[in-house]
Amino acid sequence: MSALLSVRDLRKSFGGIVAVDGVSFEVHDGEILGIIGPNGSGKSTLFNCILGQLQPSQGEVRFEGQDITGMRPCDLNRRGVSRTFQLLQIFPQLSVRENLILAGQEHQGTMTTRLFGPRDAGLASAAEKMIDFFRLRHLADELASSLSYGQQKLLDAAMAFMSGPRLVLLDEPAGGVNLTMLESLRERLRAINAEQRATFIVIEHNMEFVMALCTRIVVLAEGRIIAQGDPASVRADEKVIEAYLGH
Amino acid sequence: MNARNIAIAALSAVVIAALLAAPYALKSYGLYILSLWAVTTIGAIGLNLTLGYAGQISLAQGAFVGIGAYCTAILTTKYGYPLPFTYLVAFVSCFSIGWVLGYPALRVEHHYLAFVTLAFTTLVYLIFRNEEWLTGGVSGIGGIPRPVMFGYSLRAPAEFYYFCLANLAAISLAFWGLIRSPWGRAFVAVRENPVRALSLGVDTRRYTLIAFALGAGLGGISGVLLAQLVQFIDPSPFSLTASLNLLLMVVVGGSGYFFGPFVGAIVAVLLPEWLRFSGGLYLICYAILVMVLMAFCPTGLIGLAGRFLKPVSKPAPVPAREQTT
Repeated sequence: MSALLSVRDLRKSFGGIVAVDGVSFEVHDGEILGIIGPNGSGKSTLFNCILGQLQPSQGEVRFEGQDITGMRPCDLNRRGVSRTFQLLQIFPQLSVRENLILAGQEHQGTMTTRLFGPRDAGLASAAEKMIDFFRLRHLADELASSLSYGQQKLLDAAMAFMSGPRLVLLDEPAGGVNLTMLESLRERLRAINAEQRATFIVIEHNMEFVMALCTRIVVLAEGRIIAQGDPASVRADEKVIEAYLGH
Repeated sequence: MNARNIAIAALSAVVIAALLAAPYALKSYGLYILSLWAVTTIGAIGLNLTLGYAGQISLAQGAFVGIGAYCTAILTTKYGYPLPFTYLVAFVSCFSIGWVLGYPALRVEHHYLAFVTLAFTTLVYLIFRNEEWLTGGVSGIGGIPRPVMFGYSLRAPAEFYYFCLANLAAISLAFWGLIRSPWGRAFVAVRENPVRALSLGVDTRRYTLIAFALGAGLGGISGVLLAQLVQFIDPSPFSLTASLNLLLMVVVGGSGYFFGPFVGAIVAVLLPEWLRFSGGLYLICYAILVMVLMAFCPTGLIGLAGRFLKPVSKPAPVPAREQTT
């Protein structure tokens, strides 16, 4: 089976500090890959290199067989790669519905049709579906700034799916979310994975969340992959235990 | 339609009616000042797009007004081109220069960008002053005509005032359509969170350049009308002071609000006239008023009005399931 995303020998250094050191892995269609590791292991830098936020010092990233190394995030998004951020990144001055329409509008028509076409860019029904899917109906017309943190996290995730991406990279989706909302988020992500065959890469510190959601896990420590495999084998791996417990 | 929208619609209707009736109540100077308000509002609308909606600070708007004014003066008095042609030339010239000036905004922001645009304004001012063969230097260019429409001259103050109002109305409608379109939403995204906007497919580079270029183009249109209004131009109205004044209009009126430039232009153009009763103290009164306003209402006058017109805000309802934790 050919890989949807292929990362080859990726390296990123900041001066003398090597944040990502020769990382290689593949993600296949429909897979939910978890990337875990202690703080400072290079997870977010790896994400940012894959997504064009940072230029890798070395290595190659391929999506659907095409080289996307260093491609601008907006161009990547139009090719079907979406993401969420570690820190919440919504548009607080827009309503929930407007946030969702914004998340999909650049995938509709051309610059001209977006100027002279309808305000919702033809995304009204798609936004309504996403609002229902993420159970945000009662908040649809509220400003995003008035939502609770957990609700904003749901909105953030919903925005990542508005353009119907092939691959979504989720950076600590469970961070700061209460248990009930966490369960809701995990359930929604599983449902999207099953219904739309969307592929995910998830960075997460919450082990319960990762183990329950992901089909395969890659473990990073000091910028390198120290283990990978199914959740059970990773949980039992001595190198992983050592990296996390520090002995 | 909620109470807030009804209040806005009623107030707008009263203001429009008052503006249309103004020639029956005001003499030439009063109409000149109101025409100047309409003309500068157009320039401020352009800056509101660049600064208020797309979040890019610019101290170059006065220079674009100057470019538009000189385009009109040179093309009509030296080459005999008709006024409609000068609109086209001024808009295209300012749009193109604004596009190029937008490139630094892709690399620098905030006060660094302000300095880049300030340098541009200084450069343009020096060209206006020193290139006498083209601009007439400090002697300026006089005899700029006013329009004739369907054989009917708009030379008289009242007719030209209505012409300025019509221009303001057309541009306001177009601007309303722009900010209500997906482009408007993209401009706000670029201002609020460019990193997230990029990750959602918004080409922040393109929208930044468009905001700069369209804002500059509207500055050019403002200049075309200004040249016809004053009928004589020299470099002095297009120095850095003009750009700062336009910036003041946008910020005092309410940056990022549709009606901000309209209100800001009232403060910058009409308020000094209303304060003339205080004799030599009027500039001091004006400065103190602006400082007090900025200290207590940084969102501008529209932001201040919004606080009073805002419906009683309800906290977002929390679903029962979340309440249990």
